[in-house]
Amino acid sequence: MDTRDLISILPLLVLAGWACLLLLIDLFVPRDRKSITAILAAIGISVALVINLMQLGEVRQAFNGMIVLDGFASLLITLFLAVGLIAIAQAYDYIKRRGIERGEYYSLLLFTLCGMLLMATAGDLIVVFLALELLSIPLYVLAGFARPQLESEEAAIKYFLLGAFASGFVVYGIALIFGATGTTALDGIVASFAATQENPVLLLVGSGMILVGLGFKVAVVPFHMWTPDVYHGAPTAVTAFMSVGAKAGGFAALLRVFLAAFPELSAAWAPMAMWIAALTMAWGNIAAIAQKNIKRMLAYSSIAHAGYILMALPAAANPTVAPEALRAVLFYLFGYAITNLGAWGVVVAMEKAEGGGLAIEDYSGLSNRRPGFALAMALFMLSLTGMPPTVGFIGKFYIFRAVIDADLIWLALVGVITSLISAYYYLRVIVVMYMRSGEPETRSESWLNATVWLTGLGTIVFGIVPGPLLALASQSWLSSLVP
Amino acid sequence: MTLDLILFFGIAFIAVVSAISMLISRNAIYSALFLVLNFVAIASLYLLLNAAFIAMVQVTVYAGAIMVLFLFVIMLLGAERVETSPSLPWQLPVAILLGLVLVAEFAYVLFGKVAQAGGELTGVGEGFGSPASVGRMLFDQYLIPFEVTSILLLVAMVGAIVLTRDDRKGSR
Repeated sequence: MDTRDLISILPLLVLAGWACLLLLIDLFVPRDRKSITAILAAIGISVALVINLMQLGEVRQAFNGMIVLDGFASLLITLFLAVGLIAIAQAYDYIKRRGIERGEYYSLLLFTLCGMLLMATAGDLIVVFLALELLSIPLYVLAGFARPQLESEEAAIKYFLLGAFASGFVVYGIALIFGATGTTALDGIVASFAATQENPVLLLVGSGMILVGLGFKVAVVPFHMWTPDVYHGAPTAVTAFMSVGAKAGGFAALLRVFLAAFPELSAAWAPMAMWIAALTMAWGNIAAIAQKNIKRMLAYSSIAHAGYILMALPAAANPTVAPEALRAVLFYLFGYAITNLGAWGVVVAMEKAEGGGLAIEDYSGLSNRRPGFALAMALFMLSLTGMPPTVGFIGKFYIFRAVIDADLIWLALVGVITSLISAYYYLRVIVVMYMRSGEPETRSESWLNATVWLTGLGTIVFGIVPGPLLALASQSWLSSLVP
Repeated sequence: MTLDLILFFGIAFIAVVSAISMLISRNAIYSALFLVLNFVAIASLYLLLNAAFIAMVQVTVYAGAIMVLFLFVIMLLGAERVETSPSLPWQLPVAILLGLVLVAEFAYVLFGKVAQAGGELTGVGEGFGSPASVGRMLFDQYLIPFEVTSILLLVAMVGAIVLTRDDRKGSR
């Protein structure tokens, strides 16, 4: 270990250290002034973000290959930290209003972010597993933060049990892979298998287990059952963060592990990922139609979007399409994060203190009461559907193009058809907001409003001028794929 | 060689019997004590394999620390009497199926892999698994996982406190 190793993980070090420190500082913050903790947490994230942006474009390994810093990692870290900042802004007044304001909220948020950062930079299956746990455990707690409210407790227990079950799959998979190749390093697995071609069965079963375990985390069908209940029961600000951060973290691991460690087995996992993606898109969108509660609707929508993102994995299995698919998936993750955080922000603003105001019907007449919010929500819905001129359209366009270039025409077709289906339930929200009359109660909290405006602006700006972000995404390679 | 075999079978017998007794015992305290016995038997197997360090860790961490905690919890909650709860109807077939899968997997590794190597597995080098070499691995190659684990434990602790602390009774 030398200083270069430490510098490589400096954002992570700052964040983890700051989170521990925050736990201590919080003890001295009076109970009615926990906003101080929120602001301190935001400062910590900002510092990590600045350091990360300074490191953008560097490619190196650290800690004997345990940590891989490359464009892919740097870009995703940028995403995670930005999501973390928005999550703090959205939680700032929300947890006060719900009466669940405790300083640990922010420390746990920082710890989750640490897990995500580690996930993006993991170069070894052991680190992948630990990152997964570091990401998940604080989220279990955050999901139950509105305790003793029953729904929140149920969400926490469900999430914890199924999450632990999924972790079991990942560990078992890692054990089998270690048994097959004698190593857990991602590049070591490739090298070992290429050299000996031994134990393909164990390796295959192991990689399948990892796919199942990570599939739980990103909520793809048939591992999605927990999602609606957990997203519904958890405090809305947590759900917003979870639906974006945990998903992006899971996909970061999924892409890196499968593209860096198992490229030789792509003939086996690519069809599997293909079917899961198709099923996810179909079921997520169809089940969303029947939902009356906006949180459950958005939960199924997030399942469907996991399907669209997963489409890129089989496409990337084809080496000639891999750069394009990777660029598409990174862009999509950004677009999805911006849009989804915005949509959840509006839901946070609409939620009443007692937990009411979450039915889609409650949005009737929003266009009269808060025209700006209604417009932003309409924009988010259009973006989630994938209509121009929003970022969602560009994201879907590039994903579909990568899939078609990989000769998976039918998969792209499934994607297009399910997007059409999704228009029904996304547009229904717009119809309710603009064409029904009602007197919805909304909150106007400055930080929350700021996140909605900001994400709304992002949705439209990146939809019209996607160039810079695309250029950034296309430079963001997985270091193992550099020719 | 024969002494090794006799020892192995003796210890293995104890391990298997204590494991089964743990499962079928109706009293949770007896179950926990059988588990301790099982851990100790496994630790002796490690000793037979020349893995003294792992054997000691097995005894101190599992048989010692963790099982004492288990016993505390069982006694504090007064949960030693296991209620005969109605078992899930599909539990038995699923358990048998999964058990068979596990056996098949072991068979594959043992008869496929070991037979491939001609029945002879090469021994490990001198000093493998000694405290010094484990320490060196832990603080060199596996430094990051080691440190992350410590953060993970801290987070779990904070989480447990957050989820169980009672705020209503005028605490800070």
